[in-house]
Amino acid sequence: MNQLDFPILTLITFLPALGVIFIMLMNKEETSTIRWTAFMTTFINFLFSLPLFFYFNAGSAEMQFVEKASWIKEYGISYFVGIDGISLLLILLATFFAPICVVACWKDIKDKVKEFMICLLLLETGMIGVFVSLDLFLFYVFWEVMLIPMYLLIGVWGAPARRIYAAIKFFLFTMFGSLLMLVAILVLYFLNHSVTGEYTFNLLKLYELSIPLNIQTWLFLAFFLAFAIKVPMFPFHTWLPDAHTEAPTVGSVLLAAVLLKMGTYGFLRFSMPLFPVASHDFIPLVSILAIIGIIYGALVSMVQKDLKRLVAFSSVSHLGFVMLGLFALNIQGVQGGLIQMINHGLSTGALFLIVGMIYERRHTRMIADFGGLSKVMPVFATFFMIVTLSSIGLPGLNGFVGEFLILIGTFKSNVVYAVFAATGVIFAAVYMLWMFQRVMFGEVTRKENRNLNDLSLREIGVLVPILIFIFWIGLYPKTFLGKTEASVQHFLNEFNKKYEASIQKKDNVHAVIKSEELIVKK
Amino acid sequence: MLDYVWLVPLFPIIGAIINGIFGTKLSKKTVGVVACGVIGLSFLVSVLVFFSLLRLPPESRSFEKIIYTWITAGDLKTTVGFLVDPLSMIMMLTVSGVSFLIHIYSVGYMHDDEGYKRYFTYLNLFVFSMLVLVCANNFLMMFVGWEGVGLCSYLLIGFWYQRKEPADAGKKAFVVNRIGDYGFLLAMMLIFVTFGTLNFKEVFNVAHHNFQVGSLTITAITLLLFVGATGKSAQIPLYTWLPDAMEGPTPVSALIHAATMVTAGVYMVVRCNVLFTLAPISLTVVAIIGVVTAVFTASIALAANDIKRVLAYSTISQLGYMFLACGVGAFSAGIFHLMTHAFFKALLFLGAGSVMHAMAGELDMRKMGALKSHMPKTYWTFLIATLAIAGIFPFAGFFSKDEILWNAFQKNTVLWALGAGAALMTAFYMFRAVFMTFHGESRVDEDVAKHLHESPSIMTSPLVVLAVLSAIGGFVGIPIIKGANVFHDFLAPVTGEHLAGSAKVTLTNLAYASSTAASSGEAVHHPVGLEVLMMVISGEI
Repeated sequence: MNQLDFPILTLITFLPALGVIFIMLMNKEETSTIRWTAFMTTFINFLFSLPLFFYFNAGSAEMQFVEKASWIKEYGISYFVGIDGISLLLILLATFFAPICVVACWKDIKDKVKEFMICLLLLETGMIGVFVSLDLFLFYVFWEVMLIPMYLLIGVWGAPARRIYAAIKFFLFTMFGSLLMLVAILVLYFLNHSVTGEYTFNLLKLYELSIPLNIQTWLFLAFFLAFAIKVPMFPFHTWLPDAHTEAPTVGSVLLAAVLLKMGTYGFLRFSMPLFPVASHDFIPLVSILAIIGIIYGALVSMVQKDLKRLVAFSSVSHLGFVMLGLFALNIQGVQGGLIQMINHGLSTGALFLIVGMIYERRHTRMIADFGGLSKVMPVFATFFMIVTLSSIGLPGLNGFVGEFLILIGTFKSNVVYAVFAATGVIFAAVYMLWMFQRVMFGEVTRKENRNLNDLSLREIGVLVPILIFIFWIGLYPKTFLGKTEASVQHFLNEFNKKYEASIQKKDNVHAVIKSEELIVKK
Repeated sequence: MLDYVWLVPLFPIIGAIINGIFGTKLSKKTVGVVACGVIGLSFLVSVLVFFSLLRLPPESRSFEKIIYTWITAGDLKTTVGFLVDPLSMIMMLTVSGVSFLIHIYSVGYMHDDEGYKRYFTYLNLFVFSMLVLVCANNFLMMFVGWEGVGLCSYLLIGFWYQRKEPADAGKKAFVVNRIGDYGFLLAMMLIFVTFGTLNFKEVFNVAHHNFQVGSLTITAITLLLFVGATGKSAQIPLYTWLPDAMEGPTPVSALIHAATMVTAGVYMVVRCNVLFTLAPISLTVVAIIGVVTAVFTASIALAANDIKRVLAYSTISQLGYMFLACGVGAFSAGIFHLMTHAFFKALLFLGAGSVMHAMAGELDMRKMGALKSHMPKTYWTFLIATLAIAGIFPFAGFFSKDEILWNAFQKNTVLWALGAGAALMTAFYMFRAVFMTFHGESRVDEDVAKHLHESPSIMTSPLVVLAVLSAIGGFVGIPIIKGANVFHDFLAPVTGEHLAGSAKVTLTNLAYASSTAASSGEAVHHPVGLEVLMMVISGEI
C-alpha cells in the first residue's frame, strides 16, 4: 500500500475528529479534562505525523503514503490520499501548530471551552484533509468542512464588537470563491468524460487531460478566484484584516499559519498543473497583483493603529512574495515560495501569539496603549524581537531564505518584477521596527503597563518550539529544501512539458488551417 | 592553523549566547570577563592564522574553508564558508584587535549601567557579525554579516531605548542601511544570473577572463554594490544616519560607527576590486562620491559644537577618503587608511568618552576647556590621535593619507585638490576640538568642575595602546622607498596592484617629484605646511 504499510494519512487526518467524539461525550463543566484531551489529541497527532517526514523519500517525486479506496463508485468518486514534497511540510505545519494553539488558549478561552475545542479539532481535520486529498471531490469536501469551524471561531469567540460582521464577511468571500471552483471542478469532470469516456475526480488522471485553451482560461479564472481570495491576493484581501482582527488569538494563528497556505497550495497543486497554458498566460497579471500586494500591504501596515491589523496587512505583503515566487516558474522561485509558506506560518503565527499574550494582559490591541514594555517584560521583549526580525527577513533567520530564493527566481524570469518586489524588503523593516519601537521602547507612559507580568512558563513553552524552527530553517534550510526539491523539479518539468505540447498543438492547428487556406486559394 | 579560521567568528557568538541566555544569573564581573575573553581568543586565533598565512608564498596566500552547504535550489548553491587571504587577514586583525581594546574600555565605561549584560551581549554579537562579513567566501555570507552588523548597530544605537532620540536614531540607521542593502541585494541577483555563482573566487575569475573593460553588466553590478556601500559607510546621499547614531554609548560609536562597521563598504569595494576595475564609470562614481563626501562633511565638522558630532562628521569625511582611494584604483591605500583610521578614530572616540565620563555626560565643547591638567592621559592620547588624523609626520595618518592624495594626484588634479582641501579642514576642526576641550579657559559648569577626574586605568590603558598604534602604525606602509611599503606588497595579490608595477609607479612619483620640485614638491609639503599654519591660527582662537 505504501512505505509504512499503514494508513498513516488517514490516521493523521481523522485522529482530531476522533478527539471531537471524545470531547462531545464529556461534561462541559470539566474544562480541564476537555483541554487536556484536546492537547493530547493534537500532540499525539503531531507525533504521528513525524514519521511522514522521516520516511518520506526525498528522491522521489511520486505521491507517497498513498491510500486509495472507491467511495461512490458510480460517480467515480474515491477516497484517494497521498502526499509529495509540496504538501509534506504544509501538513507538518498544521500538525505542529495545533497543539501550540491548544496550549496558547489555555487561559484565554473561558467561555464554551467544549465547543471551542471541538471547532479547533474539526478545523485540524479539515486542514490536513485539504493537503492530503488527491481526489477533487474529496478535496472540495475538506475545503468546505474547514470553513465552518473557522466561521464559528470568529463569530462566537471573536472580539464582541464586530465579530459577526467579520465572520460573515469571511464566510461570504470564501464561499463565493469556492462555488465558482465547484463549478469549474464539475466542468473538468464532464470534460474528462467526454474525452476519455471515464467519470473520475482522480487528480492524477485529470492532470493528463489536455484542455482546449479557451476552456482552460475560464477554468483557471474560476480556480484563481477561489485561491486568490484564500491567499489573499490584492484586491481580494479585504476580508483578511477584519477576520484576523476579530478572531480569537488562536483563530488568527491558524488562519495565518495554515489556512492562507491553502490558496498558495491550491495554485501549485491544481491551477498550474491542470491549466499550464492559461497559467502561463496569466503570469503578468498574477505577478503584478502580487507586487502590488507586497508594496500595498507594507504601506498600509505602516499606518495601522491596531497591532493585529498591522500583522494582517503584513501577511498580504508576505504572501505577495510567495505568489511571485510560485509564478516565477523556476526552481528557485517555487522552492522559495514553498519554504516561504512555512516561514510565514512560523513568524506570523508567532506574531499573533505574541500579540495575543499582551492582549490577555491589557485587553487592548492599540499600539498607542503600549510603550516601554521592554523594561517591564524583558523576556517577552527578546522573543518579540527575534520574531520581528524573522518577519523582516534577517539573514540567519528563516524569512531570509525564502525571500532570497524568491527574489533570485523572480530576477531570473523578470528583472523588473524583482526590482519592484525587493523594495518590500525595505518597507518591511520600516513598519515592523516602528511598531516594535512604539510598543516596546520609550518610557512606560501608562500606569496599567507598569506592573505587567513577564511571560509564564506556559507562554515560553508555546514560543520556544516556533523559535527553534525559525533558527533551524534560517541556518540549515537543507533539511527542508531537500525534501521538496525533487517534487518541485518534477512539477516544473511536467509544467513545461505540457505547456510546450499545447503550444505545439496550437501551432499545428494553425498550420493545418493555413494549409487548408492554401488549398482553398488554389 | 588556517583550517581553524572559523574559530575567529565562533568565539564571539559563544560569548553572546552565554551572556544573552545566562547573563541575568552571572555577576557583572563574569559577564565582563566572558565578553572580553572571547574577543581576546578571537584576536589570538587571528594572529595565529596570520602567521600561518605568512608562511605561504605570496601568490598562494588564499585559503577557503567550507563549513556546510547553506541555501540550495537547482543551480544555486551557497555555502557557509570562510576565505583567508591578505585582505580578510588585515580586516580580521583590525576588527578583533580594536574590538578587544574597546571591550576592555567598555568594562569601565559601562560599569554603572543597568543594561550592562545586554550591552555586552550585543557587542559580542556585533563582533561576530563583523567577522563573518570580513571572512566570508561568498557574497551571500558577506550579506549575512552585512545585515548582522546593521542589526547590532540598530540595537546599540537604541541601547538607551527609554529615551526617544536613541530609539529613533536606531530605527533611522536600520532603515537607511536597508536602502543600501536593497542595492546590494539586487547586485547579488545580477551576479548570480550573470555568473551562476556567488562565490568570490569563481565570480572574480570569470569576470577577469570573460568580461571586457567597460562591460555594461559589470558596471551595473558595481554601481549597485556601491549603493550598498554608501548605506553602510555613510556616504552621500545615505550619510544622514551616522551623526544621529552618536546617541549610542560612546564605545559603540568608537567600535561600530568609526573603526569597524562603517568601513564595511570600503572593504566590500576593495574585495570586488576585480569587478570595479572592469567598470571605469563605477570607479569614477566612487571617486567623486568619496571626495565630495570628504569635503562636504569636513565642512560640517568645522562648525559642530558637539564633540561626538565633530568626530562623526570626521568619520564620514575619512570614509570619503577611503572611497576616493578606491575610486582612483589605489585599493591598498584605501585599506591602509581604513586600518590607521581604525586606530586613531577609535582613540578619538574613546578619548571623547573619557571626557564625557569626567564631565557627567556633557558633550558640548563650549562647556569644556582647560581639561588638560585634569586628565593628562586622555589629553596626550587624544593629541596623538589628532596629530595622526591631521596627517602630521610621522604619525599613522600621514602615511595613509599621503598615499591616497598621491594616487589621486596622478589620476586627476581636481580630485587631489579637493582631497587636499578636506585634509586642511580636517586639521582645522580637529585642532579646534583639541583646543576647545583641553586648552584655554575653563567654561565647565561649577558643579561639574568639582568632579573632574581622570578615568580609571581600565579605560586609559586601551587609550595608551591605541595611541601607540596611531603613532607608529603608519610605518608598515612607507611610500616612495622601494620595498618599504610592506602593507601594499602584502595586499598586492588581492588588489592586483603588482609588486613590480607599484615600484615603477613609485619611482615615477619620485622622478616627477624631483623634476618639478617647485610645484609637486609643494604638493607634498603644502598641506603639512598649511596644517602647521592652521594649528597656529586655531591656537590663537
